[in-house]
Amino acid sequence: MTDQLGKPVLRKEDPALLSGRGRYADDLPIPVGTLHAHVIRSPHAHAEIVRVDAAKALAHEGVWAVITGEDVRKLSDPFLAAVKAPVQQWTLAVERVRYVGEPVVLVVAESRYLAEDAAELVTIDYQPLDPVLDPVEACKSAAPLLHPAAGTNEISVREFRYGDPDGAFARADRRIAMTVPFPRLSFTPIECYVVVAQHNAAENSYDVLANFQGPFSMHPVMALALRVPGPKFRLRIPPDSGGSFGIKLSVFPYIVLIALAARITGRPVKWTEDRIEHLVAASSGPNRVTQIEAAVGKDGRILGLKLDQLEDYGAFLRAPMPAPLYRMHGAVTGAYDIEHVEVKNRAVLTNKMPASLIRGFGGPQLYLALERLMQRIAIELKLDPLDVIRRNLIAAQKFPYRTAAGALYDSGNYARAVEIAIGDGRLADLKKRREAARAQGRHYGIGFAVVVEPAMSNMGYLSTLMTAQAREKAGPKNGAVSMARLTIDPLGAVTVTADVTVQGQSHETVLAQIVAQELGLSPGEVEVVLELDTAKDQWSIAAGTYSSRFASGTAVAAHMAAVAMRDKLKAIGAKQLNVLPDDVELAQGKIRSRSNPDNALPFGRVAGTSHWSPVMLPETVAPALSETAVWTPPELEPPSIDDRINTSLTYGFIFDMCGVEIDPVTYHVRVDRYVSMHDAGRIMNPMIAEGQIRGAFAQGIAAALYEEFTYNEEGAFLNGTFADYLVPTVGEIPDVEILHYHSPSPFTPLGAKGLAEGNCMSTPACIANAIADALGVSAVELPATPRRIHALLQARA
Amino acid sequence: MKPRPFDYVQPDTVEEAVAILAEYGDDARILAGGQSLVPMLNLRIVEARALVDISRISALDVMREVRGKIEIGAAVTQNKLLAWPQLAEKLPLVAAALPHVGHFQTRNKGTVCGSIAHADPSSELPLTLALLGGEVVLKSERGERVLAAEDFQKDMLTTARAPDELIAAVRFPLTKGGGVGRGVAFREVARRHGDFAIVAVAAVVEDKNTVRLGVGGMAGKPMVRRFAREEAAGAIAAWADALEGYEDLHASAAMRRDLFRNLGPLAVTEAIRCAA
Amino acid sequence: MRRVNRDARARVSLTLNGRKLAAEAEPRTLLCDFLRHALGATGTHVGCEHGVCGACTVLIDGVATRSCLTLAVQAEGREVRTVESLAAPDGKLNPLQQAFRDHHALQCGFCTPGILMSFTDYLSRNPHASEAEIRDVLSGHLCRCTGYASIVAALKRAARRE
Repeated sequence: MTDQLGKPVLRKEDPALLSGRGRYADDLPIPVGTLHAHVIRSPHAHAEIVRVDAAKALAHEGVWAVITGEDVRKLSDPFLAAVKAPVQQWTLAVERVRYVGEPVVLVVAESRYLAEDAAELVTIDYQPLDPVLDPVEACKSAAPLLHPAAGTNEISVREFRYGDPDGAFARADRRIAMTVPFPRLSFTPIECYVVVAQHNAAENSYDVLANFQGPFSMHPVMALALRVPGPKFRLRIPPDSGGSFGIKLSVFPYIVLIALAARITGRPVKWTEDRIEHLVAASSGPNRVTQIEAAVGKDGRILGLKLDQLEDYGAFLRAPMPAPLYRMHGAVTGAYDIEHVEVKNRAVLTNKMPASLIRGFGGPQLYLALERLMQRIAIELKLDPLDVIRRNLIAAQKFPYRTAAGALYDSGNYARAVEIAIGDGRLADLKKRREAARAQGRHYGIGFAVVVEPAMSNMGYLSTLMTAQAREKAGPKNGAVSMARLTIDPLGAVTVTADVTVQGQSHETVLAQIVAQELGLSPGEVEVVLELDTAKDQWSIAAGTYSSRFASGTAVAAHMAAVAMRDKLKAIGAKQLNVLPDDVELAQGKIRSRSNPDNALPFGRVAGTSHWSPVMLPETVAPALSETAVWTPPELEPPSIDDRINTSLTYGFIFDMCGVEIDPVTYHVRVDRYVSMHDAGRIMNPMIAEGQIRGAFAQGIAAALYEEFTYNEEGAFLNGTFADYLVPTVGEIPDVEILHYHSPSPFTPLGAKGLAEGNCMSTPACIANAIADALGVSAVELPATPRRIHALLQARA
Repeated sequence: MKPRPFDYVQPDTVEEAVAILAEYGDDARILAGGQSLVPMLNLRIVEARALVDISRISALDVMREVRGKIEIGAAVTQNKLLAWPQLAEKLPLVAAALPHVGHFQTRNKGTVCGSIAHADPSSELPLTLALLGGEVVLKSERGERVLAAEDFQKDMLTTARAPDELIAAVRFPLTKGGGVGRGVAFREVARRHGDFAIVAVAAVVEDKNTVRLGVGGMAGKPMVRRFAREEAAGAIAAWADALEGYEDLHASAAMRRDLFRNLGPLAVTEAIRCAA
Repeated sequence: MRRVNRDARARVSLTLNGRKLAAEAEPRTLLCDFLRHALGATGTHVGCEHGVCGACTVLIDGVATRSCLTLAVQAEGREVRTVESLAAPDGKLNPLQQAFRDHHALQCGFCTPGILMSFTDYLSRNPHASEAEIRDVLSGHLCRCTGYASIVAALKRAARRE
């Protein structure tokens, strides 16, 4: 059998994309007569909407409709959210605006150009209210309330206790605490949101094309908002998408908006988001303030850990928020063996755009706090930071390891991976560079970061935000379903469909590799179609591409379907070859006898039998026309009565170390050397894996040094263009030396763990630690811009 | 975002161009490379009833040496100037500054005169024009006038160009020959490769004892001073305090002053070294 | 002198990838919109409409140009080349495209056409560009997926072979 997995197979996606034949949402044909929409957005961070006067706009050439929050309130229901609170959100602002950029009015016209012209004729009167922008301020009783009915901005608070944290803290030699903020930013994909919606008035049904990434748990949220049953809301995903990184979950409110516009105008309506809107209002990662404290022994061993995580979700908690606070919950102790843990999770609302899914998804926030604390422990106890890390790592023999908060880490040898990474003189070289630089009076520092990277979420994790009694009443939520289907056509050609959405992660290629592996074909012979259509494809609420679910989820379902198909074809082939099924192998495009390879038939001929001559099938075998596999791993149980939850299926490991130098002339941080060790279990395509790691690394560098959403005191958004929001270019990304270790996951047949969010989690922490070491400071705020470095240097002087 | 509607006019000659400007009064804008103007139109942050596209006027697509100055017409792109084989010899400071202007792609269309007209406070070409003591040739239906850089450059994004005037050309004085004239240096600090400078510094060695220094990004327009060589560091530090700098998204005023204090002496040292 | 009133539509004719085409545009119609929606050449993408991301880069008379900062009327009579012109009629990738494939220099592919056109121009002027020169020109493009290293590797390969 030819080994397809583990090989750097070139991508099937590339020829079309390189030739300009990609089919992104804005490329696809639209019906003649499609109208175009433009969103008028709030200029205020917080204000009452007093009056909307659309008369002049409606009279403008080519304008078909001007839609307000009142129209939306009549035709749709507020969005369901994960937190039950008297907070209502529709797709347009109703009565009040709560962030700069919030959609207030929709203009629908014959072209986007005309819609923007007409938008300038709409007058909206606002009564400004005081905004609150800082999460800590927003918790105070005197803070302006975003949702008066809720009585507070601190919309969700939950406390967890595992083991005996009070006892651990009482026993400890030392207690070491820090407050660590994580900034607000977004991994703005180069393609923005696109929605094309049609409404069938006779059926009251909707047909929407949008570059939505999932999870499809949002499908019922949208259908309910539109007041139609699921089958009357058909959502189609285009064949290609220009990146997402979590951001294209948040197109869902616009799907509802444009669907309503189609209903109101009786015409198809298209909306393409532009960059200005995307920056101010599409989505962002949540910013967080973590108070973290460790109870430690004199040797640096952590006896207990306390975290107070205050996360800022902006103006609304959109489903499925506050997910980042809970996605990492089982792994809140990271790579460390800590038994006694106390966690307080607080979600607060402020007058900024709603935060939502983003690559890293709670990991960057957690690990910045945890890894900064590890360095702090070493400094306070006068120990080597790497020694402190290693003293606390989970030992290899403990896997599968159940964490204090309930995660079941599948596999790993953390100490060994670290040992390899620092070996071959790498750490010694970093230390030499630091010594030489410091001898010349230069600011050079070394940083470390250790991360456990979860992949494929347990859908029950979000229910941890409810108490056990509330969960009992609501019914258990758990698991994660992955689905894939193989079909064989009359000429014996194989097609795969699966429940992932395309965003650039090369799913088409890897799925082809997986199926080709089992069927003895080359990946080029396997067709993969990933244009998900809720009316025709198999999907569950877990469908989509997010949380690195592909490698431990959908890939496994494809493997299972391929194995089942293989076994059927073996039985069918055995009959035609006149041998026993055990003697049959699928290889090199043939189905043949293993003991006598000349006794062979072409794959297509045997595979086509089910179409042309079902009479030739063995009695025991159903026609091998299609094979569907559904993968639901048993490890993803609901939260236990004492709030333990295995939040993900697989857990990878990352160890980063780096050297940085602070330039005293320009105040820039120069990354001198960066090493990143990854254990993601079995690697299905090393070329693609490296691409994912480098992409995440670039985004980690961006978070560490360049990107931040900033607001002035009135809540005005200051990063309104790509000249002001600093996405790194090639000149800003340092080289990274990538190392691999392989601890296959015992929880999936393929042994592959999801990877690709890891460096979003590890790199900001590693860089922050290196800067702290370089400057001898304890507080390093990210992004460590020249402005912040300059202020740190001035404070030191 | 899409621009507002405007009339589009594409004159073939300078005479036609200035006639259009006169016709529209204050409401027409010159379109040369468009790399500064079109983003602003797309974002709807400027008004223009008409765009006058001068990019195809062949008379403006000329570079020539005239009376000790290099004259660059309004349609000459930044990359065209950068590719001029004699640039390093005749205008070494411009040769040092131009690679910092935007990116290869924007220099393909962006014009030298367009950058001078736009007058961003930290941009490289206005800085070099000010430091070299260049001049701007303005044409209108009322005639022609030539302004020295320091009279043309007023403030942030503000120049002495009247609404009915077209910048027909800019003139950079030739750097004087010999070893002394080669003494130039250009330094800038930006957040990312190719971004607008936070602070930009240009230095020219005038003679054995004197350097002339220009700085962009510390005030509304480039500022120029001369110093005795040995006093440069102290003089720059004092000048930084006098200029104060300004605050924006990327830097505080204090950081701008420190950047200038750091960069200025480095530029001076490099210029002196090049002159030797 | 050419003059088009704001309310009028001009007939813009140009040569696109070797073929003479024409369609109507307002003076304010951006070239990227004209190429994509009037002429159906959707390979060129729009990422920012203010000239920073580079996704919209095309060749106009052989020169790499931001099509979001160009008016359709400005392309009158010009030779425009977009990413659809690079592969052979039978679909065979040209050496630059093949280098991108070999080095995994694209993931979502949205920024890729602009980079290919930038370097079709640049490498024709400087066929054996150094890594520093490649990085300098590449800095005029934003990519969110790859982290750029594989793109630099692909471009270095293309620079050696051409």
